[in-house]
Amino acid sequence: MAEEVKLFGSWASPYTSRVKVVLKLKGIEYENVEEDLSNKSPLLLKYNPIHKKVPVFLHHGKPIAESLIIIEYIDETWKHNPILPIDPYDRAMARFWAKFIDEKIQPAVWKTLLAGENEREAAIEEAHQLLKTLERELNGKKFFGGESLGFLDVAGNVVVWLEVSQEALGMNLLDKEKFPILHEWCQRVLDDDAFKQVMPPKEKLLAFTRARFEAFLGPK
Amino acid sequence: MADEIILLDLWASMLGMRVRVALAEKGLKYEYREQDLRNKSPLLLEMNPVHKKIPVLIHNGKPICESLIIVQYIDEVWYNKSPLLPSDPYQRAQARFWADYTDKLYELGRQLWLTKGEEQETAKKGFMECLKLLEGELGDKPYFGGQNFGFLDVALVTFSCWFFAYESFGNFSVEAECPKLVAWSKRCMEKESVSSSLEDPLKIHGFVIMMRKELGVE
Repeated sequence: MAEEVKLFGSWASPYTSRVKVVLKLKGIEYENVEEDLSNKSPLLLKYNPIHKKVPVFLHHGKPIAESLIIIEYIDETWKHNPILPIDPYDRAMARFWAKFIDEKIQPAVWKTLLAGENEREAAIEEAHQLLKTLERELNGKKFFGGESLGFLDVAGNVVVWLEVSQEALGMNLLDKEKFPILHEWCQRVLDDDAFKQVMPPKEKLLAFTRARFEAFLGPK
Repeated sequence: MADEIILLDLWASMLGMRVRVALAEKGLKYEYREQDLRNKSPLLLEMNPVHKKIPVLIHNGKPICESLIIVQYIDEVWYNKSPLLPSDPYQRAQARFWADYTDKLYELGRQLWLTKGEEQETAKKGFMECLKLLEGELGDKPYFGGQNFGFLDVALVTFSCWFFAYESFGNFSVEAECPKLVAWSKRCMEKESVSSSLEDPLKIHGFVIMMRKELGVE
């Protein structure tokens, strides 16, 4: 029943989008609560007092925070179309690489955006190395999950969002010449039905990204 | 075929200890290989090329890295003995959420013994805030896992043997601020899997003195 399942999120948050993709892949109906991140609702702050962030998933009135934890919960509760691999070793690998994306790649990408003139080249080099390391994990597969989208492909949406939105920032971090395999994977993900239905329109995302960074750094 | 389990670890690492506790909870035999992080072994570099860190569990030749990921792996493979994660998906989600949260203690704790003055005060404040939140999460339960020692207990208890070192260099008392947490840690220490895996707080203190010297902290 849709009224039992709620998602507090933001259209502009790739972390929210991860959960939406999984809900779509599993055909789970839910109520979407759009949060204004500059003016967070009392309900969001009540459900995620520790981090005060989106997404927050509510099931039978009980909240869960952190996108990857939410996805594991969804996978364990609605067992059809499993997102995580069945084999414990493959699960450990999926979790490892998802953590790598969130704790290594994301901060490195941010660093390139915020780096001063002197540090930019080193920051870009670091981000490139990390992206290369991730790219190697595809290892000839269509998706990280194999034949179809899996946990790591969903977690990897931040890389897809980077590819789409980087032009708004006047950068080409995920250069398709440097990362042909990752680029092709991004295209396959963008072409996936569930992903397509959940991805915000490109122009809207570009405009938002541009505005956000101009607010941060001043106009480029 | 008997399982071959090797653990690449550093004796003082509270993250490595998490894996030792999990292996002990499951009654598993394994080969412990002490690592020298100043002179990393070819095996460590081969098994954890991405982070080059410990702990690394090598199960039948295949490496798993990141302590909480390793503990979950152990729990999933040897699921029929002493389950660490609860069976209810919501409780599992809560255990995972809070276990990830305990990771903050690692960096905050480091700052506690690595820095001085205002930087140290900030780290101390952050550290105690984390512990207080965790104590709140424990409530009146005997363990974070409820009646049974579980995943979140494993994640946090290994920090307890570092409390004495943190307190000495940070000049505060964990017991004064979080008495329930200290009572919980003593309760955990009554378990063989915990007492045999955690290191002597005095030895940890000595380790920190050595590290501070090496890193040039006065």
